[in-house]
Amino acid sequence: MNPNLETDIRQICKEFGNDRGRMMDIVIAVQKKHGCVNDDAMDLIAKTVATHRVEVESTVSFYAFLSTRPRGTIVIRLCHDIIDKMHGSDAVAAALAREVGVPFGQTTSDGKITLEYAPCLGLCDQAPAALVNDVPVTNLSTDKARWMVQELRKHHDPNQLVTEFGDGNNAHELIRSMVYNNIRKRGEVVFAEMKPGEALQKALSMSPAEVIREIKASRLRGRGGAGFPTGMKWEFTRGAPGDNRYVMCNADEGEPGTFKDRVILTECPDLMFEGMTIAGYAIGGNTGILYLRGEYAYLRSYLEHVLADRRKKGLLGKSVCGAKHCFDFDIRIQMGAGAYVCGEETALISSCEGTRGDPKNRPPYPAQKGYLDCPSVVNNVETLCCAARIMEKGAAWFAQMGTTDSPGTKLLSVSGDCKRPGVYEVPFGIPVREVLAMVGAEDAMAIQIGGASGQMVGPKDYDRPISYEGLATGGSLMVFGPKRNVLEAAHMFMDFFVEESCGYCTPCRVGNVLLKDRLEKILNGQGEPGDLDYLQELGQTVKVLSRCGLGQTSSNPVLTTLKNFRNVYEGLVKVNQDKFQSSFDIKAALTPARKIIGRESVIYT
Amino acid sequence: MAKPKVATASLAGCFGCHMTVLDIDDRILKLIELVDFDKSPIDDIKHFTGRCAVGLIEGGCCNEENVHTLQDFRKHCDVLISVGDCATMGGIPAMRNGIPLEECYAEAYLVGPSVHNPSGRIPNDPELPLLLDKVYPCQEVVKMDYHIPGCPPSADTIWETLVALLSNKTVDLPYELIKYD
Ligand SMILES: Cc1cc2nc3c(=O)[nH]c(=O)nc-3n(C[C@H](O)[C@H](O)[C@H](O)COP(=O)(O)O)c2cc1C
Ligand code: SF4
Ligand code: SF4
Repeated sequence: MNPNLETDIRQICKEFGNDRGRMMDIVIAVQKKHGCVNDDAMDLIAKTVATHRVEVESTVSFYAFLSTRPRGTIVIRLCHDIIDKMHGSDAVAAALAREVGVPFGQTTSDGKITLEYAPCLGLCDQAPAALVNDVPVTNLSTDKARWMVQELRKHHDPNQLVTEFGDGNNAHELIRSMVYNNIRKRGEVVFAEMKPGEALQKALSMSPAEVIREIKASRLRGRGGAGFPTGMKWEFTRGAPGDNRYVMCNADEGEPGTFKDRVILTECPDLMFEGMTIAGYAIGGNTGILYLRGEYAYLRSYLEHVLADRRKKGLLGKSVCGAKHCFDFDIRIQMGAGAYVCGEETALISSCEGTRGDPKNRPPYPAQKGYLDCPSVVNNVETLCCAARIMEKGAAWFAQMGTTDSPGTKLLSVSGDCKRPGVYEVPFGIPVREVLAMVGAEDAMAIQIGGASGQMVGPKDYDRPISYEGLATGGSLMVFGPKRNVLEAAHMFMDFFVEESCGYCTPCRVGNVLLKDRLEKILNGQGEPGDLDYLQELGQTVKVLSRCGLGQTSSNPVLTTLKNFRNVYEGLVKVNQDKFQSSFDIKAALTPARKIIGRESVIYT
Repeated sequence: MAKPKVATASLAGCFGCHMTVLDIDDRILKLIELVDFDKSPIDDIKHFTGRCAVGLIEGGCCNEENVHTLQDFRKHCDVLISVGDCATMGGIPAMRNGIPLEECYAEAYLVGPSVHNPSGRIPNDPELPLLLDKVYPCQEVVKMDYHIPGCPPSADTIWETLVALLSNKTVDLPYELIKYD
């Protein structure tokens, strides 16, 4: 055993109060120091925080960024979501594998470089992109990929790959990243100027009940996807019995094609933290947790700095904004480690509690029993920004924007086949067609709205508004140009869900695989009309019988393409006369035996 | 009117499902009144004598002969039924699907604890059908019309299914017959 391991683990566990509830932080820190969390490390951690070894292992084995076996000192994670593929990530992958000398999933023999795929890095507006350890490298070409590897072989320092900084705070000394914000349209809610403390002062001059009343009056709805009324959520949480209450800000942003929270975290963290603080005051809580996805680790030092600054200004900590309010509030950052399902609010809570990111049964809802069984509010980054702005400018001001059922503005993350990918702050209710004109995608053959779990719609729906009552989205809008194949897109989305299902319930764990296989059969030209009914029926089953939002929406790519692009399916299937499965290939099935035995088949010649 | 014909086959199964067909006890006499048996191990008819209404398949496909037989059944039967878990999902034989075929052959013919094979060669007689790369449930080879789960399904389940099918009614199996733990 590495002699330093024991000392390091003692030290790290101590730093987190030997609290097994902080398992995520512990294992992330151990991995950072030792490259992985191996058997010895897991034993030691279990002993130090007085838990079972299996608990440590179940956490470590769950997250894509954690590993029980050593990986290279440099891990290159190439994003292989659909948008990156459309922008040539397959060629980049081939170039990387050639230059590094190992296939994806493997480490060079000198232990220096590991190649991996990542499902979505939140950089679709500058795809293809990769993370080199924590450092995002964007707009990859095959040339840039080769250059990157050559550089890394010289200096082994991912930071040195950043030769030019992106705009705005991406150039801040604590970020120093090549990422661009690509803010294409600023609205009045999120991307407007703000003075830290202003909204908070206003909130603190009211009673918590008045703050909640104001948020309710604004009719603000959650921006994370489900659109639950925020004021009501805060009210439930305030009303639930418990000694502690928590505010959790959901910055997991794992939905493919979404990256607007990345831009908020880079440019408007004060607004978000202010929203969290206001939420804390409203529900009667003293602690906020920002759950930051592992992919955005490069923003962490900067966010810590903003938090420190707010503490200095008296906007966080003991007696926020002066003693007369008797309100203590502070915020910590909880890092994620590469798991889409952790964006689901109960899985997020599991992860913050230091366990696998398993969703929990609901009810009880987080508002009743959330983090550490205490009433908790989970809100999206953008929702909290809106809440802060509502405090500053008033509910009436907010409610007059957008539509009756969807007031305010919405940030859209636009990517894919369009001239101007990036983030747009638009009023709710805007028709798809108008957005497409704005982003330079008038010829779009289809759009996927709401991310992988959203819907695929075609031109006949382009006059519909983007809103909760119309086409709903947590922010993702992916554009597919005239040459794309919607079924291939649906297939890639299914690939994503198969990968990201937590595996707890059978309809989701198995059903998504079956959906994907059947789609593959159809794409291979072996489908028959009955396969469409099968997809419809199975898709419905997965939707209805799954435990959490992942499984309840994972069949949407199939169900919505079946509904809106049925002709594409119908063009691919044909009636099977002899009722033999065309997907069964007897020649291929006999190949291994023919080789082993050394003769041909006498039946299938 | 001629009685409808029923054919049965045991592919990669243990014959347990066939034994269960016999387990319908004296109802077998009623069955004979209802149908004629065509190709089946029960009457040892080796080749189809004509078109059949129903084919009952036990076991999945582990070798080329299974595939051939199943395709032959598909050609000759109006309705094909997977009987039992092996036919429906691969069952016990499919446990080899995670093991490379080379190791399966070696275990059977070369290194297994009970193997006596001085030649040290895997037999290569054309009489021995080649194994498939893995065991396939019937549904993956030809279209199956119905599936009866169970290992084996109970005699009552098989009986009820057959009677319903032959009298053109929907099967209405009571809970006890489709509960498996
Ligand atoms: C699989 C899955 C992933 C999710 N990912 C996110 C996410 O990354 N960010 C987010 O804000 N909400 C996400 N959600 C929604 C959250 O469960 C929750 O509804 C949301 O954070 C509530 O905040 P809001 O009311 O402010 O929208 C996800 C839901 C599911 C089912
Ligand atoms: S629906 Fe999927 S992700 Fe959600 S709990 Fe079930 S298996 Fe896990
Ligand atoms: S299902 Fe059970 S009884 Fe039937 S063949 Fe398979 S193992 Fe034998």
